[in-house]
Amino acid sequence: MHTVPTEYLIRFGDATVCFLRTATLLAQDRIPTTLAPASTPAHQIFDLSIFVVTISGGIFLIVGGLLAVALLKFRARKTDPAGEPAQIYGSTQIELAWTVIPLLIVVILFLTTARIIFAIQDAPKPTTALDVTVIGHQFWWEFQYPKYRIVSANELHIPLSSGLAHDATFLKLTSADVNHSFWVPQLAGKTDLIANHVNSMWVDPQRPGLYLGQCAQFCGTQHALMLLRIYVDTPEQFAAWITHQQQPARQDPAVAAGRRVFETQACMNCHTISGTPATGRFGPDLTHLMSRETLASGTIDNTPANLRQWIKSPDTFKRGALMPAMQLSDKQLDEVTAYLETLK
Amino acid sequence: MSDYSLPVSTTIEPGVPALELDTFLERLHGWVVTVDHKRLGILYILYSTFFLLIAGAEALLIRLQLADPHNHVLSAQVYNRFFTMHGTTMVFLVGMPFLFGFANYIVPLQIGARDMAFPRLNAFSFWLTAFGGLLLYYSFLGGAGLYGVGNAPDVGWFAYAPLTARSFSPGHATDYWALALIVSGFGTLGTAINIVATIISMRCKGMTLMRLPLFTWLLLVVSMLTLVTITPLTAAQFMLLIDRYLGGHFFDTQAGGSSLIWIHFFWIFGHPEVYVLVLPAFAIANEIIPVFCRKAIFGYPAMVAASVAIMFVSLGVWAHHMFTVGMTSVSNAFFTLSTMLVGVPTGIKIFNWIATLWGGRIRFTTPMLFCIGFLFQFLIAGLTGIMLSVSPWDWQLHNSYFVIAHFHYVLVGAVVFCIFAAIYYWYPKATGRLMGETLGKWHFWLFTIGFHLTFDTMHFLGLLGMPRSIYTYQPDRGWSFLNLVVSIGGLIQGIAVLIFAYNFVVSYWRGNVAGDDPWDAWTLEWSTSSPPPVYNFEELPEVHSRRPLWDLKHPDDPDWEYEL
Repeated sequence: MHTVPTEYLIRFGDATVCFLRTATLLAQDRIPTTLAPASTPAHQIFDLSIFVVTISGGIFLIVGGLLAVALLKFRARKTDPAGEPAQIYGSTQIELAWTVIPLLIVVILFLTTARIIFAIQDAPKPTTALDVTVIGHQFWWEFQYPKYRIVSANELHIPLSSGLAHDATFLKLTSADVNHSFWVPQLAGKTDLIANHVNSMWVDPQRPGLYLGQCAQFCGTQHALMLLRIYVDTPEQFAAWITHQQQPARQDPAVAAGRRVFETQACMNCHTISGTPATGRFGPDLTHLMSRETLASGTIDNTPANLRQWIKSPDTFKRGALMPAMQLSDKQLDEVTAYLETLK
Repeated sequence: MSDYSLPVSTTIEPGVPALELDTFLERLHGWVVTVDHKRLGILYILYSTFFLLIAGAEALLIRLQLADPHNHVLSAQVYNRFFTMHGTTMVFLVGMPFLFGFANYIVPLQIGARDMAFPRLNAFSFWLTAFGGLLLYYSFLGGAGLYGVGNAPDVGWFAYAPLTARSFSPGHATDYWALALIVSGFGTLGTAINIVATIISMRCKGMTLMRLPLFTWLLLVVSMLTLVTITPLTAAQFMLLIDRYLGGHFFDTQAGGSSLIWIHFFWIFGHPEVYVLVLPAFAIANEIIPVFCRKAIFGYPAMVAASVAIMFVSLGVWAHHMFTVGMTSVSNAFFTLSTMLVGVPTGIKIFNWIATLWGGRIRFTTPMLFCIGFLFQFLIAGLTGIMLSVSPWDWQLHNSYFVIAHFHYVLVGAVVFCIFAAIYYWYPKATGRLMGETLGKWHFWLFTIGFHLTFDTMHFLGLLGMPRSIYTYQPDRGWSFLNLVVSIGGLIQGIAVLIFAYNFVVSYWRGNVAGDDPWDAWTLEWSTSSPPPVYNFEELPEVHSRRPLWDLKHPDDPDWEYEL
């Protein structure tokens, strides 16, 4: 007879392990969870959400409990006397009570919420804050740093913040085409990118590392692969990154053939490579393509093989992306890939 | 009780025998040209059941695609079409027609009338709605022009401009979408006008407004709300078509138009629309809960007042769908408050239902089980609604799976549960036979388990940062296992709905004969035969309280002596 408890013990152990695994998975940085905030707006929202969950959890327990008791206690039984139960048509006092108490709860919830709305939305912008303009495109992100004259794409680098307002990053958001939404759950709530309309938000990440997010407003075929990567750099890393990005593109005579392909095919109509005649604005800026870890807005790793296949046929990875397959020959593909590989 | 009595029609048999002798085509013709509110109600319900199965199948394919990261069941384009069609179908071709179908069937019977106020407008509205649905689904064939098939709208059911502009949505799929909603919208308006006119002017002798059964009261509120809410949608659809074909620039951001105008128009329609769908669900629960706990509804005047309050407040909350579009902090605070205030009348309703159950003798029949499921789920949906009204938290939750979970809790957990309850409850009235109880309980339990596996889990996916409308996701984001659970839940719900469909069809021939009043209920529709004759009542009834059949069954203890 010992087997039954043992079995339960084993099952319980399995369940615990399963739960712990999920928990460790959650603890990893890669999951774009709202439950592990790493920046002041996300922290404030998280704290507010705990408060709201506590109140609504209380309401659920009380009301749900009453409902459950009613169902158990007043179920029809065979022993019930004949005829109908006593008819009760209402009670003004009781009804007044359950009108006024919810009203009071609403007042409390509203005042708490309003405080956080104003704290986040109307936070004064310090003059020392970093400005970045985010422009949404079908299906990628453009990042401009007006102060440093840098244009980048899909992987946003911002400096670590000490938690004080002066080194926060303020984003201006707009769109080049349809509506998008900028969402990195660990850093802040989402803000929409709307053409003809400039929005703003701010973050002050307090832990260096990579934060994932993605477009949160349906924007067309490849909305799902409009992924977003935020690198929070230490001040030194960030300064080095800025200096690097400010350089014009590397000119390497060894890959002149590839550059010729780039400039004679349609590539340069859409892409910019600074210091060359390529000044297209329709696709991502490729001046420092190799400084990015991913291609196609976070869809694939930036490896030579992936890059070559991406140029050959974007549909392989992201069907519906607006980059056309240029019908290049194998030789042209090798050359242009080699050229792009030098754009460090 | 000699001063009045209810005319119970037993002398004239239902199902006029002459009709039975007709050929199949003649009978079909009879259904097509009918202006009888009961037949139109049944047509509405069959029509929406048909689309429920289609939109449900679309949902299952969506869930199959999302069961695993990087899955290849559906391509991005097909997925986008399916979620657009699923949403549009469920709201416009399933939710509203179902509820108008019940309204059509039940309201004239409950108020002791022979038909709706405008029977021919009624038929016209139904056929417009039906045509709208066919137009929407024709886009699968004609959306790409006639040279390509398999196209359909892929802009989301909210269709945010400027994605709907011709430069971003070429072809005709978006046009079919807009036209279908305009056409079925006119059908909806016709029915709403008809219901208002019927309830205002066709009530039988003695039925004052404060003696209306709550189902009818809420349908009156809903119909008035519909008149206000469908209009902005229709206007916006016309503006969209002007943009697409006549060179207008309402929403064309490249030419100075505004995407925000569409978003405002859409949600000025879209939020009250939620109440257009959920108030009839309340209406159904208001009928079924008292009957199966054998007590009068608790606080009838408060229930009416709360419904009217919900109608008015619901017109001032639309921008809570827009907390992330960059409104000022004051606007965000205003819409937070107005949205939270909806919770107060809604809370009153839930408390009144619990008070109705309190002290009753609850019979757990299938319709009652669905209503109990509704009560629990609507409580949770209300609380997650409060969470979403907290605008800073909404900046995180908006457009995430948390929102998907919340509104499916409302639209499935409340509305669909009540629709099922209503079908089990009124099926014997419409057909003369009861639906199978055993299969009904299988349906209830499987559907409830599937529902909770799917939609409880979705809340957590939202908290973990999964956005809506994505056809695939990366395996490294920690969403894989939960998505699998969601999909399994969907499959279980699918099986439950098939059981329901089987029960629905088979009971028509094999169900137990119901009699006039199988549930021992109290409203007028149970006083006539099942199914009722074309003219409903042999002699128009006269009522003296909210529960005329209670008075008849308890002549020594009639309701009018106690009603508030």
